[in-house]
Amino acid sequence: MKMSTAPYDLEQQQQHQRSGVAASSQSPRSPSSSTPFLSVSVTDPVKLGNGVQAYISYRVITKTNFPEYQGPEKIVIRRYSDFVWLRDRLFEKYKGIFIPPLPEKSAVEKFRFSAEFIEMRRQALDLFVNRIASHHELQQSEDLRMFLQAEEETMERLRAQETGIFKKPSDLMQIFKDVQSKVSDVVLGKEKPVEESDPDYEKLKHYIFELENHLAEAQKHAYRLVKRHRELGQSLSDFGKAVKLLGASEGNSLGKAFSELGIKSEILSTKLQKEAHQILMNFEEPLKDYVRAVQSIKATIAERANSFRKQCQLAETVKLKEIDLERQRLHRSEKLAEAEREYHELKTESEQATKTFESIVRLMNEEIGRFQEQKTLDMGIAFHEFAKGQARLANDIAGAWRSLLPKLEACSAA
Amino acid sequence: MMGSENQSSEVSEPTEQMHNLVLHDEHDNDNNDHNGDDPLGIKSYSNYRSAMSTLSDTHHPLADTDPLLSPPSPRRHHFPDTSSYIDPPSYNDAVFTPFNGAASSVDSPSGSSDSPSFSGSRSPTSEYIKITVSNPIKEQENSNSIVPSGNSYVTYLITTRTNVPEFGGNEFGVRRRFRDVVTLSDRLAESYRGFFIPPRPDKSIVESQVMQKQEFVEQRRVALEKYLRRLAAHPDVASRMLDGAARLPKQLMGESVIGPQEVVQPAKGGRDFMRLFKELKQSMANDWGGSKPPVVEEDKEFLEKKERIQELEQQITNASTQAESLVKAQQDMGETMGELGLAFIKLTKFENEEAVMNTQRVRATDMKGLATAAVKASRFYRELNAQTVKHLDTLHEYLGLMLAVHGAFSDRSSALLTVQTLLSELSTLQSRAEKLEVASSRVFGGDKSRMRKLEELQDTIKVTEDAKNVAIREYERIKENNKSELERLDRERRTDFLNMLKGYVVSQVGYAEKIANVWTKVVEDTGGYVKEST
Repeated sequence: MKMSTAPYDLEQQQQHQRSGVAASSQSPRSPSSSTPFLSVSVTDPVKLGNGVQAYISYRVITKTNFPEYQGPEKIVIRRYSDFVWLRDRLFEKYKGIFIPPLPEKSAVEKFRFSAEFIEMRRQALDLFVNRIASHHELQQSEDLRMFLQAEEETMERLRAQETGIFKKPSDLMQIFKDVQSKVSDVVLGKEKPVEESDPDYEKLKHYIFELENHLAEAQKHAYRLVKRHRELGQSLSDFGKAVKLLGASEGNSLGKAFSELGIKSEILSTKLQKEAHQILMNFEEPLKDYVRAVQSIKATIAERANSFRKQCQLAETVKLKEIDLERQRLHRSEKLAEAEREYHELKTESEQATKTFESIVRLMNEEIGRFQEQKTLDMGIAFHEFAKGQARLANDIAGAWRSLLPKLEACSAA
Repeated sequence: MMGSENQSSEVSEPTEQMHNLVLHDEHDNDNNDHNGDDPLGIKSYSNYRSAMSTLSDTHHPLADTDPLLSPPSPRRHHFPDTSSYIDPPSYNDAVFTPFNGAASSVDSPSGSSDSPSFSGSRSPTSEYIKITVSNPIKEQENSNSIVPSGNSYVTYLITTRTNVPEFGGNEFGVRRRFRDVVTLSDRLAESYRGFFIPPRPDKSIVESQVMQKQEFVEQRRVALEKYLRRLAAHPDVASRMLDGAARLPKQLMGESVIGPQEVVQPAKGGRDFMRLFKELKQSMANDWGGSKPPVVEEDKEFLEKKERIQELEQQITNASTQAESLVKAQQDMGETMGELGLAFIKLTKFENEEAVMNTQRVRATDMKGLATAAVKASRFYRELNAQTVKHLDTLHEYLGLMLAVHGAFSDRSSALLTVQTLLSELSTLQSRAEKLEVASSRVFGGDKSRMRKLEELQDTIKVTEDAKNVAIREYERIKENNKSELERLDRERRTDFLNMLKGYVVSQVGYAEKIANVWTKVVEDTGGYVKEST
C-alpha cells in the first residue's frame, strides 16, 4: 500500500503536493490531466483585526482536476476556526477513520503572534489539510470541498451553524473517562458496562493510552532541548564578548588570542541558535504531531465505544419490542399496526447502528495499520534530520575551535 | 618654613605625641605583638612555625600516587597531526554524576580537587612541591574542666611531597586546623609586604553544627588545598618558607633595634593608635592640604601599570562571570540530552513489548539508535563540562590573585604614608629644635631647662631620623617587590591564560568530534527514510 508521506521539510512538502495522490490508484509522479489529483497548500499568514479580536488568516491554495471542484486552481482565505470546523465535520461523518490532528488552540497570549508560533501553526495546518487531501476516503468529503472552495461569507455562516452540534472538548473528555473507568465501575458493583470484549482491541486501547504518555514525555524533553540550545548559544555569545574585552585589555599576542576566541564563540553562538530552530521544526514538532495523532485516535476509540453502546442498546430495545409485538398479536390489540411500524423502524435503526459499528471496526483496523507504517516513516525522517543537525553542529564546533589552535600555538611560540 | 604663629600652639602637642610614640614603641617591643589577635606571642609563633614547617613531624608518606599530582601532565600537548584530540580521556578528571537506570555509566569521581592548570605549568626546573590536604578529623579542644567545653574543631592532614633540598625530606604530613592556616596567612602578610601573596580561604563564622557538615568540611578542605598549592607555586614564598619560619619570629621578638623596627609594619591593624592618628593626619593633609607632601608616588611606570591592572581586573571579573553561565548552560544541555535519551529508551522498551506489527519493531530499533546516541552525547557533554570548569577556573584564580595585588599596592601606599608622616614629623621637630636653640642662645649663660629640652628634642630627632631611614628603606623595598611581582604576574598570567585557552579549545575540539561521531552513526542508520529529491 502506497503511503502518503507527511514530510516536514517544506521543500519536500511542495514536492509531495505537486505529485498529488489519486483517489484510488498509485500516486503519479507528475500530474497529468487524466489522473485525478488534489493538491493543497496553506501559506501566507497575515494578522488581521485589532487588539483582543486580532487573529491570523491563511491563504489556502487548491490545485485540482476533481470534477466537483472549481479548478484548476482556487485560492481562499481561512482562519484557524475554519480548520476546526472541518475537523469536527469530518469527525462526525467519518467515524472509524483517524482524523488528522490539528495544532492546539493557542496558549499564552503574548506568544500567540510570535513569528515562530505562527510558522509552526501554519506548518501544522498545511500538514492537516494535506493529509485529508491524500486520504482516499476523506478527500471525497463534501465538507472538504466547501472548506477549500467556498467564499469567505459562506464559510462564516457554516462555522456559525456548527456551534450547536459541535462536540465540546468537555464532552470528549467525558467519553474518554467513560472508556477508562470501566474497571472502577465493575469494582464498585455498578451494572456491568457495555463494552466490547475483543482482546486484541483491548490491547490496542491499552497501547494507545500508554503511548500517549511516553510520547508526551519525549516531546517535553525535545522542547527543553530546544531551549538548552538557545541558552547555550546565548551564554557562548556573552562569553565571547567578555573574552574579547579581556583581550583588548591584555593586548599583544595574548590579547589577539582572546580576541579570536571571542570571535569564534560568537560564530558558534549563531549556529547554536539556528540549530535550536531546526530542532524545533524538524524534531520537536513531529513529536508533537505524533502526540496529537494519538489523541485523535483516542477520540475515535471513544466514538467506537459510543457506537458499540448504541448498537447494544438498540439491539436490546428491538428484542423488547419483539416481545411486546408478540404480546400485542396474541391479544389482537388495536395498536398492533402502530406497534409493527415502530418495530420496523427500530429494527432498521438497530441494523443501521450495527452497520455503523461494524464499519468503524473495519475502518479502524485499516487505519491502525496505515498509522503505524506512517509513524515509523515520520519518526525515521525526524530522527534522521535531528541526527543530521546535531552532527553538523558538532562538526562546525570542532572545526571552528580547531582553526584556532595554530594561532594559539603561534602565540606561545612568540 | 611654616608661620611661627600657627606653630606655637601646635608645638606642645606634637611633642607629647612624639613622647608617646617613643614610649609606646618601647612597650610594644616587649610585647612583640603586632596583630592584636594573638595575646600570647609565643603561642602564635609556635603555631606559625608548625603551620609552616614540614620538618619535625613525621608521618606516613602518601599511600598511593594521586594521578592528578604527577608532574605537569601534558594535556596540552596533543596537537595537530591527528584528527582526534582527546584521549587519554581525562575520565579520571571528569566529575561524572551517573544518572539512574539507563546506559552504562563510568563512575569515576575525582577524589581530590583538580589542580588548576597553572600551578604545574610554570616550573622551569624539575623541582616541585606537591601538597595535598585530606582526611578531615573532628577533634576536641583539650579542657581540664569537668564540664565538657564542647569546643570541637576539625584538623586536616597536610601532606607534602617535594624534592626541594631546603625542606630536607621527600614526603611528610602534618595535622593542622584552619586557625593555623589563618596565622600562617597573617605572618606571610607581614613578612612579604609588596608581594602578591595569594589570599587565604575565607573564615566563616559558623556554628559547630555547620562545621560538622560533610559539605562544609569538604569545601574547606578543597579551599585549603588550593591555597597551599598556590603558596607553593609562588617562587619567593616557597623557597623561603622555612627560612621565614626561622628568622621572622626573632625579628618580632625584638632582638634588634627598638623604635624604627616598628615602621616595618603598617600602622593599621596595630595597637599603635598614636601612629595611626599621625598617619591619618598626614593622609588628610595629602588629600586636602594645600602643600604637596614631602614625598609622592612618582613612578609613572608604576602608575600606568596600576591602571592597567585595574582595567584588567574588571575584564577578568566579567569573563569569570560569563564563564560561569557558560558552564551552567553546558551542564543543562548535557542533562536534558540525557533525559531525552532516557525517554526514548522507555519508548523503545514499550514498543518492543507491545509490538503487534513489524513496523513497530523497526521503529523501536530506530528509537534505540537515537536513544543510545543521546545518552552518549549527554555523557560527553558532562565530561566536556568538567574539563571546561577546570580550564576556565584560571579566570577565577586570577580574580583571587587580584586581591593579593591590591594588598601589595596598599602595602606600598601605607609604607609611603609612613615615610611622609615621618618626614613631616622630622621637619616639625627640626624647626622646633631650631627655635629652642635660638631662644636659649639669647639667654645669658645658658637656659638650663631649655637646654635640657633641646637635648631631649635632639634625641627624639635622632630616633625619628633612624625611623625615617628605615621607613624609606622599607618603602624602597616594597617598591622593588611590587615591580618584580608585577613582572612575574605579567609573565605568569600570559602563560596561564594561554594554557587556559589551549586547554579549553582542545577539549572542545575533542569532545565535539566524539559527539559528531555518535550522531553520524544515527544519520547513517536512518538514511533510508529520506527520499532522494529529484
